[in-house]
Amino acid sequence: MNEVLMKVQDLSKYFTIDTDWRGKPVSVLKAVDEVSLTINKGEAFGLVGESGCGKTTLGKILVNLYSPTSGKIFFEGKELSALNKKQRRSYCKDIQMIFQDPYASLNPRMTVGDIIAEPIIINKLLPMSEVEERVIFLLNCVGLARHQRNRFPHEFSGGQRQRVGIARALAVEPKLIVCDEPVSALDVSIQAQVLNLLDDLKEEFKLTYLFIAHGLGVVKHISDRVGVMYLGKLVEIAPKKELYANPLNPYTQALLSAIPVINSEKKERIILKGDVPSPINPPAGCRFSSRCFKEFGPCKLNAPKLKEVSPGHWVACHLF
Amino acid sequence: MLLEVKNLRTEFKLKRGTVRAVDDVSFTIDKGEILAIVGESGSGKSVTSLSLMGLIQKPGGVAGGEILFKSQDLTKLSQKELQEIRGNKISMIFQEPMTSLNPVWRIKDQIMENIMTHMKMSKKEALARTVEMLDTVGIPSPAERANDYPHQMSGGMRQRVMTAMALSCEPDLLIADEPTTALDVTIQAQILELLYQMREKFNMAVLLITHDLGVVYEAADRVIVMYCGKIVEEADVKTLFEHPQHPYTVGLLQSIPQIDNESDEHLFMIKGMVPNPLHMPPGCSFSDRCDRCMERCTKEMPELQEINGHKVRCFLYDKAEEGELSAK
Repeated sequence: MNEVLMKVQDLSKYFTIDTDWRGKPVSVLKAVDEVSLTINKGEAFGLVGESGCGKTTLGKILVNLYSPTSGKIFFEGKELSALNKKQRRSYCKDIQMIFQDPYASLNPRMTVGDIIAEPIIINKLLPMSEVEERVIFLLNCVGLARHQRNRFPHEFSGGQRQRVGIARALAVEPKLIVCDEPVSALDVSIQAQVLNLLDDLKEEFKLTYLFIAHGLGVVKHISDRVGVMYLGKLVEIAPKKELYANPLNPYTQALLSAIPVINSEKKERIILKGDVPSPINPPAGCRFSSRCFKEFGPCKLNAPKLKEVSPGHWVACHLF
Repeated sequence: MLLEVKNLRTEFKLKRGTVRAVDDVSFTIDKGEILAIVGESGSGKSVTSLSLMGLIQKPGGVAGGEILFKSQDLTKLSQKELQEIRGNKISMIFQEPMTSLNPVWRIKDQIMENIMTHMKMSKKEALARTVEMLDTVGIPSPAERANDYPHQMSGGMRQRVMTAMALSCEPDLLIADEPTTALDVTIQAQILELLYQMREKFNMAVLLITHDLGVVYEAADRVIVMYCGKIVEEADVKTLFEHPQHPYTVGLLQSIPQIDNESDEHLFMIKGMVPNPLHMPPGCSFSDRCDRCMERCTKEMPELQEINGHKVRCFLYDKAEEGELSAK
């Protein structure tokens, strides 16, 4: 179980916002800043954070949609930047993505069958004669029927479209699927259907997930380990049970206390001051220091590093 | 009683047929009360709120029923008379703080417009009140930020500006249509806290429209659950969450992944999806998804029945079978 599938080392992605007349960057957005994490084979790694914290950017780097500014990615022990074109192609096949918005991520002019068949044909995984059979098999896997193969995306509801997106990701038999907020655009009753489907497929196809979401309830349900991001930095990584029972970073504590829960005892709520600062000009030192309720001496001076405080529980905070 | 809605029906006349988005909805709101309406997309919760404000556009319209606000029927008023009430006695916060502010007007001008229309204040007084309101909703250095344009503010700030605008004339009723859906959880907590404080301060009633049951549990006094344009259940918050009765409410509550839930089991699912409003199943509109569906459910529509202040629309709780049910 604890075999490492993907290892990310000091990964950064900077976007240049503005340059001077020589083309030298004068303002830079640090979307992902020196993030390190490992994803084990067969686990679901949850990544939570508020909008603008860089979780989607990180996902897109891993599926090779963005190239990182610095840092290394190891997949099955091989470093990504050292791969040649052909090897890189097979890497891209092994890592697939499910997108957030099922209304925008399917081509409206293609039938869902063609959408699912396209990656199989492009990657030449099967002879043309067998593609059709595989498409029907995939449709059945995600709970759609054979007769829906020739329909267009607009004929489906949000939940069904998300199923098509999942079938498309499965089509090339990936090892890792990056799920970027796959259920946040769906209604509660449909959300449960898609989450259960993802759970079943993980067992059936022995998949590994990087599950990106802002809903902490959803992440808790599906993940084995959870990482929390704030303004481009990972601030805490822990096994799910540990993180939800014993959050150490003040930001994680505030995030958990902010979720409205349905149970009879009302808990003490930490209400953070102010908004998330702009990632173009983040606070000096710890990036959370401007909103933190436990801020003290060193916080404004230097940024804390991730430290392992108990087995598997990593925190970036000067308190520890 | 501040607002009483009786048998409200809102219809959209389309070429393919008539969609009854709100069907025979009745409820009341008392002074200082927070009433929540929950439901999935297409359940008619937003259309209900827009009907109250008289903001339904063609081809839709209120087809029947009464909306009594302080015993005055809003459906019978002219647009001009409605304008006296809208933004003044009843005001609204919209879902998208990004798109409901005017991008080419300064914040202060947008808020002042409302104040000057309804409160007969001079420009100077209105500006002073604007700054005061921005301060009340917790915007730092309000005098300077009043000169900002909406794009200079973050989502949470814009939602605060919307709230300041809605509260500027001290309304008796605030309609908040998904006020926190577009926001992050930490900002959502701030805005809900703000709504709470404002209610205490101005003793206003709030109609909170949302799909998030967690938000309902924390914020509301009473809850209405809507499905396909109809009220299926109504109760006070504690009763509804502890003893949900309608199979739809029960399913909805079970299908949310909770952070205090320790099991790794599968989530409960409500099968199928919301029916097309043009092709409703005959009988109860939830019958095709209900796992306790009986033969009777597919033939006739159950009535909304009241048992000890808890209203349910389901044959399982038919008065005739009440004794039998409590035995189960």
